[in-house]
Amino acid sequence: MAVYVHNKGIPWEVQQNGTLAPVDHLRNERSESPTPGLVVGTEPGAGQESAMFVHAQSFEDLTADSEPTTEPEPEGETVLGESAEEEALCLGAEQETQEEQQPEVEVEEERPENRSKEEDVCSEVWRSHRKHVFVLSEAGKPIYTRYGTEEALSSTMGVMMALVSVVEADKNIIRSIHADGYKVVFLRKTPLVLVGVSQTCQSDRELTRELQYIYYQIVSLLTLTQLNHIFQHKQNYDLRRLLAGSEHLTDNLLRLLDRDPGLLLSAVTCLPLASSTRDLVSSSLQAAKAKSLVFSILLAGDRLVTLVRKKDQYLHHMDLHLLFNLVGSSSSFREGEGWTPICLPKFNTAGFFHAHISYLEPASDLCLILVSTDREDFFNLSDCKRRFLERLSRRTAYQSLKEALKCPSYSVTQVGIPELRHFLYKSKSSGLYTSPELPLPYQSLEEQERLMGLYQYLHSRLHQPTRPLRSIYRCGETENLLAWVTSGFELYLCFSPLGTKAMAVAAVNKLLKWIRREEDRLFILSPMTY
Amino acid sequence: MGKRTRMRESTGPRSPGPTTPTRDTRTIRAKMVLLGSSGVGKSSLALRFSKDEFKGTLPTVGCAYFTQVVCLSDVTFHFEIWDTAGQEKYHSVTPLYYRGAHAALVVYDISKRESFIRAQMWLRELEKHYIPASTVMVLVGNKGDLSELCQVTLQEGHSLAVDRGLLFMETSAKSGNQVSELMLAIDRPLEGSR
Repeated sequence: MAVYVHNKGIPWEVQQNGTLAPVDHLRNERSESPTPGLVVGTEPGAGQESAMFVHAQSFEDLTADSEPTTEPEPEGETVLGESAEEEALCLGAEQETQEEQQPEVEVEEERPENRSKEEDVCSEVWRSHRKHVFVLSEAGKPIYTRYGTEEALSSTMGVMMALVSVVEADKNIIRSIHADGYKVVFLRKTPLVLVGVSQTCQSDRELTRELQYIYYQIVSLLTLTQLNHIFQHKQNYDLRRLLAGSEHLTDNLLRLLDRDPGLLLSAVTCLPLASSTRDLVSSSLQAAKAKSLVFSILLAGDRLVTLVRKKDQYLHHMDLHLLFNLVGSSSSFREGEGWTPICLPKFNTAGFFHAHISYLEPASDLCLILVSTDREDFFNLSDCKRRFLERLSRRTAYQSLKEALKCPSYSVTQVGIPELRHFLYKSKSSGLYTSPELPLPYQSLEEQERLMGLYQYLHSRLHQPTRPLRSIYRCGETENLLAWVTSGFELYLCFSPLGTKAMAVAAVNKLLKWIRREEDRLFILSPMTY
Repeated sequence: MGKRTRMRESTGPRSPGPTTPTRDTRTIRAKMVLLGSSGVGKSSLALRFSKDEFKGTLPTVGCAYFTQVVCLSDVTFHFEIWDTAGQEKYHSVTPLYYRGAHAALVVYDISKRESFIRAQMWLRELEKHYIPASTVMVLVGNKGDLSELCQVTLQEGHSLAVDRGLLFMETSAKSGNQVSELMLAIDRPLEGSR
């Protein structure tokens, strides 16, 4: 079996250009009171050694390879030739523009998670879903639909492919259609075509990015090489045959995209843990190595405990999210030790890794993923796990780790800012983010997704390619939000609607100081390699 | 059946022998693989076998490995069970699992004709791959509890098995019916062949 570790892939270039990786001489100058002027690599949560992920400009990294040179301007907004970096919009101006577009549909949005497939595609319920996703082959054959069955949608998908082809016949590319409150977004990734139909207020770019996640999810199961090979061989192949049994992975990924801030921020969150404990866990993992091992990842639910990697090999956050999704939406790893081929598309779309996936204890949330290049290496990795567990159990660290599992999150009240309800803070250089548990008003699924929708909106404004913002303050009836991006971090805050802008700005400093104080616990500051 | 006890081995495949010492028992290590198309109940059979439980499972990803110790009166079996995914995309890796297996269970769903046809393909594939004669091969018709939806009769399964010289059993992982009998049926020839 060939070893697919490659060293010449795109992700490496990002490291080399020197703008993103922490600069050596700056690492020790971790200022006590971080300000937005911080240099990358010194913000709270930045790793002390080399960064753990390939973290190209996060968002841009994901969209770059498919972005057209001209970005269609959203309707109703005109560019007045501002400089690229524009400072905060003020309170009043932002206020109404947002409120009126909030679509008030979803009267009876059902949530039973697994039944969506049998739905009648002609029904009103089917039409009223906030976000549809379709995947089809270039021959127009249905591959995946989020709701309803693919068979029932074959003519609809045929029309979608026709739209793509008609525009392409004129040597053009269809990006999106905006009509009647809907956005239809197209992503052409030969040999697949992905289409998103959304009633949310997400931008085209965000929707395209979500489609990319779906695309990579499919690639992770088959590799791009195999995918290309199949369709070169037989243009009208029914790919559902190969994806059978994995639809729930895509379903679950779509749910994560609606709810998990990590996918929005292109970052991963950690289990809060005393740094001494985390270091001990990491070093135990580091000691349990094997020749073919590339990454060892310990998860607690959907949070990262630690990650140890081979020197010079980086794991892209997107690949990590795909692994999270795989573990989170499968039950088979609970019963025994899992052993599966998996392609990590941001690492290499051509080949499979082989992942050993198992829970440390049957009822525990701690899941260990060992990623290897050798498909015959199961027993070796099984032994690595055993050694890791043995080493860990000998130390008190295992007890403290289990203890920490009992409170995998923290309350926002710990920060001590009364009006602050929730926040997302991402350290750009480490690719990690932290966020407190959702407070009372946002605990229902509807409210959780609504808040995520607001964050998504702010995110798309900050990262608008033609007119990116450095900060934005948005007043609403139910909450006030502030988002702020610097070269070192991205911050989204949610305040009670009674707060003021001045207070929000003051809160930023207080929060940053708090995160700096707590960074040992909230982030992985010293990532390890074998 | 009463003498048979089940134990779960928690420390992994290379752990030392059984925890309950019995007088002069033989220990036999056996690799067992479950094959068959998607959704026929391979994981459920494995779960019934190892924990005597039943619960709805999601499709297996890749392959699941576990060990199980079975003590009979004079023999202790250490089973290394490879529960493979039935999905077509994983077929390229399944030879890894049935290579060197002492027992191979080819499972079909009695309520799905297609899975019976797939089972025959699995048998052909096994025959092609130097499976030694000592390998205990069993054809298993699962989901016996769905007898009212039966598309593959007991007779059909039986004659296929006779044809190919296989053991045959109809089971239900859901109700647990015939599962322990199935395991006993495997144990005997394994014991004999070693």
